[in-house]
Amino acid sequence: MIAIQTTNLTKKFQDKTAVNSLNLSIEQGELFALLGVNGAGKTTTIKMLTCLSRPTNGDTTLLGDSIVSKPHAVKEKINVSPQETAVARNLSVKENLELIAQIYGFDKKVVDIKVEEMLTSFSLTDVSKDKAKTLSGGMQRRLSIAMALISNPQILFLDEPTLGLDVIARRELWTAIEKLKGGITIILTTHYMEEAEALSDRIGIMSKGKLKAVGTVSELMEKTNTNTLEDAFVSLATKEEVER
Amino acid sequence: MRLLAFATRNSKEILRDPLNLAFGIGFPLVILLLLSAIQANIPVELFVIDKLIPGIAVFGLSFISIFSGMLITKDRGTSFLMRLFTTPLSASDYITGYTLPLLPMAILQIAISFIVAFFLGLSVDANVLLSVIVLMPTAVLFIGIGLLAGSIFNEKQVSSICGALLTNLSAWLSGTWFDLSLIGGWFKEIAYALPFAHAVDAGRAAISGDYASILPHLWWVIGYAVVIMVIAVTVFRKKMSGDKE
Repeated sequence: MIAIQTTNLTKKFQDKTAVNSLNLSIEQGELFALLGVNGAGKTTTIKMLTCLSRPTNGDTTLLGDSIVSKPHAVKEKINVSPQETAVARNLSVKENLELIAQIYGFDKKVVDIKVEEMLTSFSLTDVSKDKAKTLSGGMQRRLSIAMALISNPQILFLDEPTLGLDVIARRELWTAIEKLKGGITIILTTHYMEEAEALSDRIGIMSKGKLKAVGTVSELMEKTNTNTLEDAFVSLATKEEVER
Repeated sequence: MRLLAFATRNSKEILRDPLNLAFGIGFPLVILLLLSAIQANIPVELFVIDKLIPGIAVFGLSFISIFSGMLITKDRGTSFLMRLFTTPLSASDYITGYTLPLLPMAILQIAISFIVAFFLGLSVDANVLLSVIVLMPTAVLFIGIGLLAGSIFNEKQVSSICGALLTNLSAWLSGTWFDLSLIGGWFKEIAYALPFAHAVDAGRAAISGDYASILPHLWWVIGYAVVIMVIAVTVFRKKMSGDKE
């Protein structure tokens, strides 16, 4: 079953086209990585898919609901872990989790169960009473993803989840993300090739607002006749310039 | 439930910041005690407690703008607000959630100032309660200014504009530190074109039992509060879309 279907999804800012007629299908349970250099249109795409920004043209359905005509229904099914950690700094780890669960309308009993579940799954039990601002970068990222998962989203957006983390914290987070695979649909944006390679089922490469290619790592390498994902990415992202 | 959860979070964020408590409650009390000490040692009536306390309350309320402004601008800066925008919270939930927790804080702040004033010689009577009620539109005005500043400016700008400019403006142009008639002219005209002197005068009229003088001043404050709140809500909603882009 298709989880996300974009149809000519376009976003223009005055005379600049940030996303240009994006057509993409993502299957339910798939972990899809969106790769691209800065300004490629990844974040704008994510903002449209999460109903933060209205498309200029085109539409997208998330599990059957349109981001244009039914944004409220879409919001009930998704959750986001933004690029910045986006936690309530003076609230404890537990209170942050409770807040998001309450905002999604769970009753107290369910909130308590889900908070415990998240604390355990993301190894945050020991710091549950600590204020979020006192946590390390890696811990804050883990909390951020736990906050995104506590609402039981069917589709999860992870925007640069390991940005600025050291290698150990990154690997820990990869393990946490890998555990989620198959259960929910995950859209991941990242700058790190090894991250996309390690985690994703398929990869979409964006450049200058356009989706240049979609496929598995081996498909992308085969398509560009390269031996690494990085080479394939460079080849696809710079294709336009080369052709000129 | 959703709104309550968000409003509770906002209260905790504000109350857990020791600087907020120090400036919001501590600083006005220090000024109150200082000016009362000066009054006790001078032969003229400059800072008589029943005239001084409404001014101190208005000065204290100006810090409410910093609380709300800083909270919103921090939430914008850390993308926390962006995270919330992807949840089922509605636009009115945000505005109410940011506004509601500040009203009891404002009442508490005024109450503490008045309790200290009782120890400094303020008469305990029903007019004091009336004065507290009369000061509520001023609280709404400052909450609105904070909402507006937090929606437009970044953290540094909010701390400068609300922290330095607004607190000074509301202090100097309120007639608390000196009688505005002493300077008169354009200074007095400007002061009475703004809501702060009217807020203090309305509070003083309530304390002194001069009920007829309350409303003419209070209308100015209510008018400003309504206009600022409408602008703040409009700008916040627009900024919501702007931030989303």
